[in-house]
Amino acid sequence: MKPLVRLFTVVFAAAFVLMYLVARLNSAQGLSDGHTLTIYNWGDYIDPELITEFENESGLKVIYQTFDSNEAMMTKIAQGGTTFDVAVPSEYAIAKMTQDNLLLPLDHSQLPNLNNIDPRYLNLDFDPDNRYSVPYFWGTVGIVYNSKLLGGRELTSWNDLWDPSLRNQILMVDGAREVIGLGLNSLGYSLNDTNETHLQEARHKLEDLMPNVKAIVGDEIKMLLANEEAAVGVVWSGDASEIMGENDNLDYVIPSEGSNLWFDNMVIPKTAQNVEGAHKFINFMLDPDHAARNAEYVGYATPNMKALELLPEEISGDERFYPAPELTNKLEIYRNLGKRMLAHYNELFLEVKMHRK
Amino acid sequence: MTGRTRNFYLIPYAAWMLLFVAAPIALIVYYSLFDIEGKFSFTNYQKFLSPIYLKMTLYSFWYALLITLFSLLVAYPTAYALTRTKHKQLWLLLIVLPSWINLLLKTYAFLGLFGTYGLTNAILETLGLGTHQILFTDFSFIFVSVYIFIPFMILPIFNALEDMNSSLLDASRDLGASAWITFRRVIFPLTLGGVKAGCQAVFIPALSLFMITRLIAGNRVITLGTAIEQHFLVTQDWGMGSAIAVVLIIVMALVMIATGERKRGVKDA
Repeated sequence: MKPLVRLFTVVFAAAFVLMYLVARLNSAQGLSDGHTLTIYNWGDYIDPELITEFENESGLKVIYQTFDSNEAMMTKIAQGGTTFDVAVPSEYAIAKMTQDNLLLPLDHSQLPNLNNIDPRYLNLDFDPDNRYSVPYFWGTVGIVYNSKLLGGRELTSWNDLWDPSLRNQILMVDGAREVIGLGLNSLGYSLNDTNETHLQEARHKLEDLMPNVKAIVGDEIKMLLANEEAAVGVVWSGDASEIMGENDNLDYVIPSEGSNLWFDNMVIPKTAQNVEGAHKFINFMLDPDHAARNAEYVGYATPNMKALELLPEEISGDERFYPAPELTNKLEIYRNLGKRMLAHYNELFLEVKMHRK
Repeated sequence: MTGRTRNFYLIPYAAWMLLFVAAPIALIVYYSLFDIEGKFSFTNYQKFLSPIYLKMTLYSFWYALLITLFSLLVAYPTAYALTRTKHKQLWLLLIVLPSWINLLLKTYAFLGLFGTYGLTNAILETLGLGTHQILFTDFSFIFVSVYIFIPFMILPIFNALEDMNSSLLDASRDLGASAWITFRRVIFPLTLGGVKAGCQAVFIPALSLFMITRLIAGNRVITLGTAIEQHFLVTQDWGMGSAIAVVLIIVMALVMIATGERKRGVKDA
């Protein structure tokens, strides 16, 4: 028993000494309370120079942490024990986090730059009056295709996917809303449709698509498309711009029937320790110059209209990522259909997946 | 040893069983009785009897059966050959070695190996057999699953073969049995226990495979495991996910009972 007690004493003593040292180090670096800002964002989703600039401007020390899925981020925030001051969830996650009381309301008087955001992207269904969130980037769901593998052919619509020449050539992202949504869109229905006849029609139509579908996969889709494992992919525009940088044969199109419009948004989680600093940061990112530089670095579409004017024509004029108004009007945001409908969408998706070639 | 000290030593075991076996199962059964809106009902079980889930159950069983069968076909001769080698512990170690590597890593490796421009197709191409689609087929799914489960099949069979009294084989040969008859009448019945243990160790986890169904089969194979994953992570319909899990637990228990009893019979004989 004695050596055990001695061991524990040593371990505890060592732990306390280390804790003291860390505290000393942190305060020496200005990392103690009130002087730091913890940002919780997707990986590689901000221009690092902007962080340095913000640190110089505000005198705050920024701690930047990353997540790779909304679910992981929500779990970490819900569990507590973290001190994230700003987080960047997607719109459906915001609806859920609002319901679960995980977010602090924003003080708009501290966010004068909110006026720079295109009014079309404000006051949306998932967050009325932007009580909790400010849009950061937006994008679409569309088709990536490899013009080399398709012999120079171009795809323009969802219905092009049903072409028999694409047999076994399509990869789809593993998302019920995305896949059922494209089925509904291809039939001319809304991707928020809840009419049972329309949904069954979409299911039958998607089952007819299955011979063309090589696989329904997760994040691997980026690697598989960049490696030319298949010629066509149904992906988010963000993933598309990433892999188009890796493979020059790839091109992206927003299908003419319409598609989904998604948003990533800045919020202040209830775990925030520095609410004032968080507002400062959000306002800093909404500045036209900062937003424009960030958009250029990240490659996603900015909702900041003043920033858009500052962007070079080759970016702001790229209709693949900033579609023309006629097409933008056909884009829809996922409405929260309720748990029961979401479960139904998933069941339909399971049936589609199980349909044998 | 007095009764009291024995009870004292039972505490860790009892606590473990209660916290990590009994309590989770009870929770799963409890959750399965609530529908998606949190109301108490049996709808989840009713839903399980709908064609989608029955079809899924059938697929799960079919693939688990194929995986077990192919594992057995590879594992039995391998285990038999191993017992005949000189450094059998070393060879056994080499077979078990891959199971120390993370499952996800191994699965990802096959994405590269089986891809259109992967190693396998490069070899097929050099041999003049042309490029084939290997990834996202039934073949690749069963191949990778067998690869992952094979150590669990080899080990019990190897142990059973090792435990076999070799003088029985000499006796069989002395009495004029051919090699085939010796195998069929002596070796195989004596190692049946190992075969059953191996089949259980492969069939039961194979029933609820997920991840591989997405990475290697591209979601073209849907098993009950996939459905559970989706209900917990995507739809957040914990009730339905739990109901499927309960059915799986019952099925697994039935499999254990069915294969377990005969095992005892063999031992007694």
